[in-house]
Amino acid sequence: MPKKEKSLSSVFMNGIIAENPTLRLVLGTCPTIASTTSAVNAVGMGAAATFVLVGSNVVISLLRNIIPDKVRIPAFIAVICTFVTIVQMFMQAFLHDLYESLGVFIPLIVVNCIILARAEAFASKNGVLASAVDGVGMGCGFTLAITCIAIIRELLGNGTIFGLNVFGADYEPMLLMILAPGGFMVFGGVLAISNLVTQHFEKKKKDEKGVIHA
Amino acid sequence: MKLYLSTAPHIRSGANTQVLMRDVLIALLPTTAAGIYYFGLSAAMVIAVSILSCVLFEYLWQRITKQPIRIYDLSAAVTGLILGLNLPSTAAWWMPVVGALFAIVITKQLFGGIGDNFLNPALLARAVLLASWPARMTGATAYALPTCWSGADAVTSATPLAGYEANTMDLFLGNIPGSIGEVCKAAILLGLIYLLVRRVISWRIPVTFLAVFAALSALVGQNVLNELLMGGVLFGAVFMATDYTTSPMNPRGQFIYAALCGVLVCVIRNFGAYPEGVTYAILIGNIVTPLIDKYDKPRLYGRLKKQKKEGTANA
Repeated sequence: MPKKEKSLSSVFMNGIIAENPTLRLVLGTCPTIASTTSAVNAVGMGAAATFVLVGSNVVISLLRNIIPDKVRIPAFIAVICTFVTIVQMFMQAFLHDLYESLGVFIPLIVVNCIILARAEAFASKNGVLASAVDGVGMGCGFTLAITCIAIIRELLGNGTIFGLNVFGADYEPMLLMILAPGGFMVFGGVLAISNLVTQHFEKKKKDEKGVIHA
Repeated sequence: MKLYLSTAPHIRSGANTQVLMRDVLIALLPTTAAGIYYFGLSAAMVIAVSILSCVLFEYLWQRITKQPIRIYDLSAAVTGLILGLNLPSTAAWWMPVVGALFAIVITKQLFGGIGDNFLNPALLARAVLLASWPARMTGATAYALPTCWSGADAVTSATPLAGYEANTMDLFLGNIPGSIGEVCKAAILLGLIYLLVRRVISWRIPVTFLAVFAALSALVGQNVLNELLMGGVLFGAVFMATDYTTSPMNPRGQFIYAALCGVLVCVIRNFGAYPEGVTYAILIGNIVTPLIDKYDKPRLYGRLKKQKKEGTANA
């Protein structure tokens, strides 16, 4: 069992800010590039990944004392696969448009490193409730980050946000932003801005501490 | 009595970035003039917007990031001029602006400013514009027929590479549809001679580039002279493949790099999906340059030659 229980709210916020899977840990970059061509796609991918993350975190946390250490990775993958299959079938039945546009990237949630990383780093060491909250936090962090990227890409590459026309009919969309190079460029830009903001706040914190000590 | 201390070299040529860049600008003058002669005021507008926005973005970025302002080294102006010459004369005014943003801010400044960019800024900007607005950048919808100040409205047409019929003399003098800077081969050759005489560039990259390209074109059964005179291969070989930052430092590396570019242009033209491949060929050459430099280090003076086969470096 863990030495000290963290508060649930700090576990939740950890996934969104301090250890944001996309912008701080830089995990799951493949779905980040692939599913951010439109904001709807990004939200759909985020929701699917969040569901899988919460489900697998809970189950793995429940099974953490039973799974033998040596075969834990295959066991984790089996659990994750189950949830991905559920999501895939659900989307195919009820959200067919989204299912079509995300295509192969839904089954590929299985190999999304965020989910395996949380299983390994958190769910296999913590209680059920904390693991569920960690899953929600990480899922929200992932969804927020990729939606951010997707909004920029959709706006420049298609002139719309969530399908709503923003720039009017005269705007000639910048195709590059929808293509893969645009994805990398926007991802890099958002990463840089988030680092800049983080550095700014860390410096501020340090300065405040410095004042107190002086 | 004052004693001056300095390390070698003690005799300097007086060349600096500004002088070199000014020479490049002078070398580009005939090409620019020819482009404006053939395509009229719209070409001049495209070039002017391109230069202005490049210099402005350089200034703004250096201002915002609190660096010393270096727009007087003229490197941004050269990038702007080359970018403008890479566009069709029918380009909308905002296209050179977007191109300048990508060239100066994203390709050049984000990677550390002059001397640290790993791609030719003007070329990357062209590639970005080409991928973003293909119908405005290339093909029959983009290239205007040369009007020579006749006052007629621009009529667009395919380039010679995509089927426009032109005789060899027109190809050489530039009386053909195409990007502003690439059409007049005579002007480009004038610029090349100036650059060679002023020793701004060496002959190695342009000559190897064109020779390898010509040889391969002959091998796949094309009309070599026409292949050399069509599209942007001459402009690219003279003004863009020779960028100091993004081409290898040593002679042997320069041969390898230029040959690679020549091979790629020929391959893309004859076997690829695009009619023209100079942009992508040189960009790929740029990317390979650090690798070439890494494995092509000259032997230090006085060091023994390595006993291995490939150990002979150029001294």
